[in-house]
Amino acid sequence: MTALPQSCEKKLGLVIDLDTCVGCHACVVNCKEWNTSNYGAPLSDTDAYGADPSGTFLNRVHTYEVTPDVGVPQIVHFPKSCLHCDDAPCVTVCPTGASFKRSEDGIVLVNEDDCMGCGLCAWACPYGARELDALAGVMKKCTLCVDRIYNENLPEEDRIPACVRTCPSGARHFGDLGDPDSDVSKLVADRSGVDLMPEMQTKPVNKYLPPRPKDTLLQDSAALELVATEPKGFLAWLDKALGAL
Amino acid sequence: MADTRIGARPSPKVSDEIRQTTCYMCACRCGINVHMQDGKVKYIEGNRDHPVNKGVLCAKGSAGIMQHYSPARLKAPMKRVGPRGSGEFEDISWDEAYDIAVGWLKPIRETDPKRLAFFTGRDQSQSFTSFWAQAYGTPNYAAHGGFCSVNMAAAGIYTMGGAFWEFGQPDWDRARLVMIFGVAEDHDSNPIKAGIGRLKANGGKVIGVNPIRSGYNAVADEWIGITPGTDGLFILSLIHELLKAGKIDLDYLGRYTNAGFLIRTDDPATADHGMFLRDDAGKPQVVDRATGALAVYDTPGVRPDLAADLQQDGKTYKPALQLLAEAYLDPQYAPEAVANRCGISADRIRAVAAELARVAFEEEITLDQPWTDWKGERHETMIGRPVTFHAMRGISAHSNGFQTCRALHILQILLGSVEVPGGFRFKPPYPKPPEAHPKPNAVGVPGQPLAGPHLGFPMGPEDLQLCEDGTPLRIDKAFTWENPFSVHGLMHMVISNAHAGDPYKIDTLFMYMANMAWNSTMNTSEVMKMLTDTDENGDYVIPHIIYSDAYSSETVAFADLILPDTTYLERHDCISLLDRPICEAEAAADAIRWPVVAPDRDVKGFQSALIDLGARLGLPGFVNEDGSQTYADYADYIVNHQRRPGVGPLAGWRGVDGTDEGRGDANPDQLQRYIDNGGFWSSHIPAEAQYYKPWNKSYQDWAVKIGLFDKAMPYVFNLYLEPMRKLQRAAEGHGSCQPPDHLRARIQATCTPLPAWYEPFEDGIVDRDEYPIHALTQRPMHMYHSWGSQNAWLRQITNVNRLYIPGKVWDEQGFEDGDWAEVTSIHASITVPVARMDALNPDTVWTWNAIGKRRGAWALGDGAPEAERGFLLNHLIHELQPPKGDGRRWANSDPITGQAAWFDLRVKIRRLPPEQVSQPAHEAQVSPVGTGPENVSYGEGF
Amino acid sequence: MNPAPSVIVFSSLTGLGFGLLAWLGLGIPDVTGAAAFLMYALGYGLALGGLLASTFHLGNPGNARKAFSQWRTSWLSREAILAVAALLIVAPYAFGRVFLGGAPAELGWLGALACVATVFTTAMIYAQLKTVPRWSTPMTPVLFLGYAVGGGALLAGQATLATILLAFLGVVQLGAWTLGDARFADVGSTLETATGLGAIGSVRQLEAPHSGTNYLLTEMAYQIGRKHAVKLRIIGFLFAIALPLLILQATPGGLLWMALAVVCHLVGVFATRWLFFAEAKHVVALYYGK
Ligand SMILES: Nc1nc2c(c(=O)[nH]1)N[C@H]1C(S)=C(S)[C@@H](COP(=O)(O)OP(=O)(O)OC[C@H]3O[C@@H](n4cnc5c(=O)[nH]c(N)nc54)[C@H](O)[C@@H]3O)O[C@H]1N2
Ligand SMILES: Nc1nc2c(c(=O)[nH]1)N[C@H]1C(S)=C(S)[C@@H](COP(=O)(O)OP(=O)(O)OC[C@H]3O[C@@H](n4cnc5c(=O)[nH]c(N)nc54)[C@H](O)[C@@H]3O)O[C@H]1N2
Ligand code: SF4
Ligand code: SF4
Ligand code: SF4
Ligand code: SF4
Ligand code: SF4
Ligand SMILES: [Mo]
Repeated sequence: MTALPQSCEKKLGLVIDLDTCVGCHACVVNCKEWNTSNYGAPLSDTDAYGADPSGTFLNRVHTYEVTPDVGVPQIVHFPKSCLHCDDAPCVTVCPTGASFKRSEDGIVLVNEDDCMGCGLCAWACPYGARELDALAGVMKKCTLCVDRIYNENLPEEDRIPACVRTCPSGARHFGDLGDPDSDVSKLVADRSGVDLMPEMQTKPVNKYLPPRPKDTLLQDSAALELVATEPKGFLAWLDKALGAL
Repeated sequence: MADTRIGARPSPKVSDEIRQTTCYMCACRCGINVHMQDGKVKYIEGNRDHPVNKGVLCAKGSAGIMQHYSPARLKAPMKRVGPRGSGEFEDISWDEAYDIAVGWLKPIRETDPKRLAFFTGRDQSQSFTSFWAQAYGTPNYAAHGGFCSVNMAAAGIYTMGGAFWEFGQPDWDRARLVMIFGVAEDHDSNPIKAGIGRLKANGGKVIGVNPIRSGYNAVADEWIGITPGTDGLFILSLIHELLKAGKIDLDYLGRYTNAGFLIRTDDPATADHGMFLRDDAGKPQVVDRATGALAVYDTPGVRPDLAADLQQDGKTYKPALQLLAEAYLDPQYAPEAVANRCGISADRIRAVAAELARVAFEEEITLDQPWTDWKGERHETMIGRPVTFHAMRGISAHSNGFQTCRALHILQILLGSVEVPGGFRFKPPYPKPPEAHPKPNAVGVPGQPLAGPHLGFPMGPEDLQLCEDGTPLRIDKAFTWENPFSVHGLMHMVISNAHAGDPYKIDTLFMYMANMAWNSTMNTSEVMKMLTDTDENGDYVIPHIIYSDAYSSETVAFADLILPDTTYLERHDCISLLDRPICEAEAAADAIRWPVVAPDRDVKGFQSALIDLGARLGLPGFVNEDGSQTYADYADYIVNHQRRPGVGPLAGWRGVDGTDEGRGDANPDQLQRYIDNGGFWSSHIPAEAQYYKPWNKSYQDWAVKIGLFDKAMPYVFNLYLEPMRKLQRAAEGHGSCQPPDHLRARIQATCTPLPAWYEPFEDGIVDRDEYPIHALTQRPMHMYHSWGSQNAWLRQITNVNRLYIPGKVWDEQGFEDGDWAEVTSIHASITVPVARMDALNPDTVWTWNAIGKRRGAWALGDGAPEAERGFLLNHLIHELQPPKGDGRRWANSDPITGQAAWFDLRVKIRRLPPEQVSQPAHEAQVSPVGTGPENVSYGEGF
Repeated sequence: MNPAPSVIVFSSLTGLGFGLLAWLGLGIPDVTGAAAFLMYALGYGLALGGLLASTFHLGNPGNARKAFSQWRTSWLSREAILAVAALLIVAPYAFGRVFLGGAPAELGWLGALACVATVFTTAMIYAQLKTVPRWSTPMTPVLFLGYAVGGGALLAGQATLATILLAFLGVVQLGAWTLGDARFADVGSTLETATGLGAIGSVRQLEAPHSGTNYLLTEMAYQIGRKHAVKLRIIGFLFAIALPLLILQATPGGLLWMALAVVCHLVGVFATRWLFFAEAKHVVALYYGK
């Protein structure tokens, strides 16, 4: 049923650190690689070697330029996948019941066996987190690697999403955001994690950690105290300093 | 409906089997777990136990499946049937391929082996390919280092016995401040990303120095958008500030560097002006601070007096540090004096200097780890300066790169932050001073192997490789007065020199894994013409071209004979301590690749093909006394070859029973032991040997034990680089090996023993008002040069590159979204799509490297955006500098190392309306492998 | 939003069809026999044709039957159920009208209600989408209903009724455009809120996550030039409302004139419906700098 659960036992999700993401697309491709041969239909690519290649990805990295009122422009790499919203509009719009949010862990999934490929859920999602696969005709989205995180065929330490496991810079964190004592919740609290488009009232589970303040050296650093301004003065200092060693 | 939903805790089978090998989607060489199902590769992930990547995997590595199943894979040996460049080939057998190659190579070996030029790209078997070339006897061998980053490597080794790059790394876990110069990606891809992640998690900071604020510079806490080519000036200004504030580590300098070496300074006209005062045994001397007496620098107990002068026999000597201080305290390096040129405000320069000093000296760390130095002195602790640096091609790919890199190393050394906790650390087999490297060899004798390795580290004019008449011995003119310390050769000059017959003509150009007709060459359009040019008889000016590639690249179309390689999942390989291993600062490590799947085409690992070819040519080392082939294939070579007694390509599990490390007999089981261990071997450096390695007795002993070298070789860092002075001295007329007159002034100006900044050559030659803009390229993190475009997943991320234009220029010229531009250098013009970027040095434009493709290459279909709208900047960059009026054209390279000066390029820009096709638009090549399928849905099979 | 032909055809035709059927249910016009047959055929033809068109939009039509299951939450599911219900309720009434010379009025009213409700649910599919601010207003159901009853009246040959309703529709349409133009800004979604980076400064796309296009871009980042939009609004308004009104008021009437008015209206409906999609900006376009 596409009604949203009253409450979820856990709120599993991702925390993405925009201060650390270098924009390498590792998470994008590893997600594609894992998901093309696991959950549901493969993620297809059309005109793969031709003039207009296009394919299904569950996670994509944008690059933005942010220009402060005063100071130097910054670049922010911005990975985006499903945010597993608490108030997921993509779920309630679904006419077939294919889209659902799990009460046990809050993961939003599409049951492809039920999906008729109407695309309405993708329209309902503010974040572009759903893509209709061109060849399979069913809706694809981030599964939070539900087939990894509980998978007893994987070693315990690997029961995390593929994108988190692969991220070279450690910019992606996975955990229970419903538990205020979890590492991810603490991280969000420490770093003032934010929701994307709060005005859409989707209550995303995934949080984004904003970049730390940048280009502050000029304000922060104290000038060096000079011991010499020319070679002779330096020599005198040198002699003294060597003596003190 | 609930019944069709997947279970609450789904636990599907992941794969039948995991095979652990080494990634090859770039030169970082991460460990990978290849999940196999039904005999097919299902999923590739990082190997958590691997020293390099510790489980993570980049975009390229994750797209390995698509590379392995690429439609552009070559399928069989081929011989050219159409004109060169057309791409028309016929499949042949390996026997026929070998016969053709032997038919070309055997006669010239017997008459004039230098007529073979054998150059390899970024392969990871240089110790093997150079062994082959040495056995063949041609002086003309090198890998790609000359056009890549030799400035970085050479400056590092000459200055401190090891380089950044992949030979050393910041102490990521202990550093508090990391300053990164000119790095977009580097070879150490995953470790740098992981390091930055850990540094930030620990609260450390990053300062990025780069004209472009993307990638690592985007996450940097402080971005210094420097004007290209001026880093040397900026660094010397930082040094100026540190000297003025006395913020240098005197104890460190006295102990571990040549700061105290005495240098003659009284009479510039004498031959030993600027040379060290040496004892009779030739050892440099210092004044002992305790006694005031002269002493050999490495005498136990002696601490040099860095402040004293020495007057002796009417001559004056000063310690190197004093010369250094005199040079850099000069007002020309004051922040105010350099600010404009560098595009960084004087206040900002001062703030950076202050921050470096603060972190180095106020955040000093101490490890409770006793150690003993080379002189036998025991130290109870290890003192750390948690400020460290990393740099790559942004400072090295300029014509002033060698000296800029040296300046940076001197900054590190002055701060006392090399090989200390929190600082910069070498990875085995480094540290290794220049003296410990071989000297170059370039005298080819018909029918004989070369006397020694091709490449090495000259220590003065006496080591140059010149004919009696002063002409170059090598086709690339390496180790000549034009580029005396060209320790990696100059691959970027081979085709144009061979075409020009300067210094001589060759017969066969044999290349491996370098796309020299496209993205790895300068002046691409002209190089394509040189490769197809014919002489008055209608014969090709370069008579034979043999090429080994794994894919249908642009260069394939220009070869006469193609030796098709396997993909990285189909062959044996070794990532060896003899070459460019996978060591980390705390461990020695090497690794293998092995065929986790068998090739389904008539292809062969190139090294195995080279072994077959070596045997057919009867090369020493490749045939037994009875004339039979010594090694069946590369796997056999990896296990059984010994470079020095007991030392072979792989260091792990040596000895017949596999119990030895580093040194030991061949172990027939060695490869299986590697496979069982996840594809790699590693051995930890003992705790007391982890830092201070060049001077650490226990490290030196360990290195000898493990076979890195045969005897301990402690040394000191070269603030003052005497071999440079030797070059200068020759240019001043001293000695018997003399440079040609037209080079004297340049050598004097550029080969300074203390690094000086001079402006990039192109800056000095072109009219800066006419060509006001610097043009750069950067590597995309998800693409490896030209290979990525054949990858169905990666090419979706980037199949068009645009030229990023700074807001100032954008507005001035009235650019709008979707516009194109004509970009013109002094040498050529290209037409390209553009985009605006503000987080960019205001005088710089840039684009992603190697996205542009030639039509027909890489099995891409008609209209592929890579060919229609993608482009290369290479067309604008000439391998020679513009003519200067004296009729001579110098290589567009660093005058010391020959490093290709890619980033010296200056251009002008003109707005064009939207909807163009990139120019130059080269005619299509025929694809010998057809084009890829319409659709891909890879997981279908599972 | 991508103005996909199947969706335009679907929403335009079902609107007109159910509008006509609704009037017929109310006995306007009060037809029986062959005349009723023709009118019901037209109504059913439009409604069924529209519904059929909607399936062309499905990636996996095999599962379309499952669309009836989620009436508790999904407006699309409700629409599917109501559309079928409406057609089923109207069927016996139509049968009576055509073949039996009449049917219980209550059944007709119920059918009319179902038809109107169907149109309302169609509208709500769009109106519920917060992600498309232009749609997510009460104006959307009013507009859809306006088109349905206005067009239905026209099809039903009710000159006076049609005149009043079209005039009303004209006002609604102009209002929807005016209010719609401000909706995106009112909702307040910007690239700054989309990225959470507004605290640092203004945000601009530097590089998209992929060079080419993808499902999101083709489906949700359709862009139509402003000038183009104004032109189309004029054409749409002229054909859907002004010309039919003119014909109704300034011509002697009769079947031919009425047919001309209907054709004009249909052309106009397609144009305005095309614009309804093409002008609607989905917030996801922000991520792509559009
Ligand atoms: N993903 C990926 N990884 C790769 C490769 C690849 O193709 N793709 N290639 C491999 C190879 S062969 C190499 S050599 C390495 C190269 O590794 P990098 O040196 O990191 O590669 P480049 O992309 O050349 O980056 C040069 C950087 O220097 C900056 N720069 C240019 N001029 C100046 C200057 O004057 N001053 C400063 N401070 N910065 C400047 C440029 O903006 C750019 O960021 O990468 C290796 N790793
Ligand atoms: N404008 C500009 N140009 C540059 C640079 C720049 O920064 N700017 N950087 C320069 C630098 S540092 C470098 S290193 C060069 C790199 O340039 P190249 O070394 O030419 O790099 P690739 O495009 O990777 O080409 C290598 C060739 O190896 C082939 N290959 C791939 N895998 C295998 C394999 O397993 N076996 C064999 N036999 N072949 C294989 C590929 O198909 C390709 O044809 O580019 C240089 N060119
Ligand atoms: S893998 Fe990590 S660093 Fe790379 S783009 Fe994804 S989140 Fe960013
Ligand atoms: S991000 Fe989009 S797809 Fe994911 S739960 Fe939220 S609304 Fe649904
Ligand atoms: S596309 Fe599939 S999952 Fe999405 S709303 Fe339609 S039926 Fe539901
Ligand atoms: S959690 Fe899994 S499915 Fe979701 S983005 Fe990460 S890798 Fe892709
Ligand atoms: S950095 Fe990426 S491509 Fe390079 S070896 Fe590692 S995983 Fe492979
Ligand atoms: Mo390179």
